[in-house]
Amino acid sequence: MGLLSNAAALLGKEVRTEFHSRELLSTTIVFVLIVVVLFSFTFDPTTNESHRFGPGLLWLAFLFAASLMLQSCFLREQANDTLSALRLAVSDPFAIFLAKIGANTLFLLMTELLMLPVFAALFNVSFRGRLPGILLTFFLGSLGISVAGTALAAISAQARMRELLLPLLLLPLLAPILVASTEVTVSLMAPEPFMQWKGIGFLAVFDVVFLTALWLFGEYLLEE
Amino acid sequence: MVAAAESSIGLRFEKVDKRYGAVYALRNLTLAIAPGECVALAGRNGSGKTTLLRIASCLTRPTRGTLSFSGVTENQNPRAGFVAHATMVYDELTAKENLVFFAKLLGVANRQQRVDNLLREVGLGERKDSLVRTFSRGMRQRVAIARALLADPSLLLFDEPATGLDPEATLWLTGHLAKLRDSGCTILMSLHGESEVARLATRAVRLDAGSVVADTRSGATFQSVFSFAGG
Amino acid sequence: MGKRVLLGAAAVLLVIAAAYAAFFVAPEERTMGVLQRIFYFHVSCAWAGLTAFSVGFLGNLLYVWKRREKYDWLGVSCAEVGLVFTTIVLISGPIWAKPAWGIYWTWDARLTSTFILWLLYISYLLLRTLIEEPDRRALLSALFGIFAFIDVPIVFGAIRWWRTQHPAPVIMGGPNSGLAPGMRETFFFAVFAMHVLMWFLIAERYSLEKMRSDVELLRQEAEAT
Repeated sequence: MGLLSNAAALLGKEVRTEFHSRELLSTTIVFVLIVVVLFSFTFDPTTNESHRFGPGLLWLAFLFAASLMLQSCFLREQANDTLSALRLAVSDPFAIFLAKIGANTLFLLMTELLMLPVFAALFNVSFRGRLPGILLTFFLGSLGISVAGTALAAISAQARMRELLLPLLLLPLLAPILVASTEVTVSLMAPEPFMQWKGIGFLAVFDVVFLTALWLFGEYLLEE
Repeated sequence: MVAAAESSIGLRFEKVDKRYGAVYALRNLTLAIAPGECVALAGRNGSGKTTLLRIASCLTRPTRGTLSFSGVTENQNPRAGFVAHATMVYDELTAKENLVFFAKLLGVANRQQRVDNLLREVGLGERKDSLVRTFSRGMRQRVAIARALLADPSLLLFDEPATGLDPEATLWLTGHLAKLRDSGCTILMSLHGESEVARLATRAVRLDAGSVVADTRSGATFQSVFSFAGG
Repeated sequence: MGKRVLLGAAAVLLVIAAAYAAFFVAPEERTMGVLQRIFYFHVSCAWAGLTAFSVGFLGNLLYVWKRREKYDWLGVSCAEVGLVFTTIVLISGPIWAKPAWGIYWTWDARLTSTFILWLLYISYLLLRTLIEEPDRRALLSALFGIFAFIDVPIVFGAIRWWRTQHPAPVIMGGPNSGLAPGMRETFFFAVFAMHVLMWFLIAERYSLEKMRSDVELLRQEAEAT
């Protein structure tokens, strides 16, 4: 079985498992909501300032939520040592990472898209006509978060204090995503919205660099 | 199940060390296993049996020394079937869902059919649509065994397969292992003490502190290999 | 042993000489006066820190490839020494900036990336304390070190592109941007001195780590018998 078909099969299983329980998605969405609402207390959300601060706070909320959500992706394979079963079954260990990255990106995207109307209402923004740009930004940003996050989750799953460790490792690493995604989102929310292709390109570069690094070093992350 | 005699696999551990920090789980271990042998590994807890099996399964690599296989073509990975301490199946899926999933990853032909047949063979035909979470220890062991057999492996590794099994399950296990042994699979199983399961073996090897200390191939008796076991 | 003492002595002497040069030999800068002299240390520490992290990065790569523990010792030594130099940079910057510009900090590309760099290597060290088994610790921290290091230029790029558009005082002009003759020599001498100090510190930390590892080995072997 090739790399991609393995990854697809694994991805299918991850998604199906989540949709049975929905526990990861629901907790993540509620967490983002809480963070966004709390953030709104720190400044006046109805002024023009909110257009400048809002996206940054939104992405920060996504980052925090992701650093909590991503912990489980390797922890759940420790329960019955299913990680060993996966390593025995797949031809290329990178398939395991691809699948988990795919699943995490999907869950993050769903959280973000569900948050979008809430955010629009809370901060009085309209996203009409800018949806494709927003979608692209969310996708590339979430992909970056997932790639780095999945790799670091594999590391933190093998250490103590893993709940605190993953955010500690991940958040500084994702600083570029925060900057680029926020900037692109801000331009898309401006009174005259425009597409910052520079930012999109930047996000894509981040994704490619870390995906390549993971492809090169992934199997060592899973070693015993 | 199809007889695997033609593609039987042999193993050769050559001066293998496995170190965890300063602790040697295996120390200068040399062991050759011929294709089709059914080997019982005896030894106290901490003697290195589990580590040896994990290296044989290619999940872990030796710190020093080599492990080589005969009778395998690609990449020296024999795709062994491994039944470990942990069940290595997902509690939140049913027995059938678990097996179909792993069968998909392994590229097993006629997945659904094979899984149904296997589950029936291990005696879980009626419970195939129950969540593994609801299974007893004995039933989980059977799922684990079914998972290990999915791709029809020629090398089987068992880590204390009879632990925690009631007499009925142990009887079933013994019968099943006998069938596998007779079909020509190479089997490596670690055991605590002499038991009906141990008596299936064609050879017994004792490990202590990570090295081979007794081997029926070199003249020791089965009894002596097992006599200190159970710690 | 003799070599190390020699290296240490050389490092100390060079740093003292560089300090002397910075304060007494180099010409006084026209606008900023005495304060500007911190610049020699601030920037040379920054370069030394980056060199340390780069060597550490190579150590990390080599460990993942070869799995020899000496590369792990190199990695942690470089990380710690690099962190010391980076801390000096982060502290000396504001010390200089407040009297010179009236503000302690500015979020320009260099400073912000330095801060993130600092945070990443703190995380590297923290990670190491949370993994007990030495081989796992070495491998996982090496892998994190690799990810962290390749992130740094990306961080720098991001902040350079989007944050330095805002008007902000350039805390430290590029070292080669029109340095007066007297200053240039002093500056490169300071860089050299800091790098010698860096090598000395890394070498000491490395042998400390080696000793620690040997002691641990002996202790565990003693316990086993």
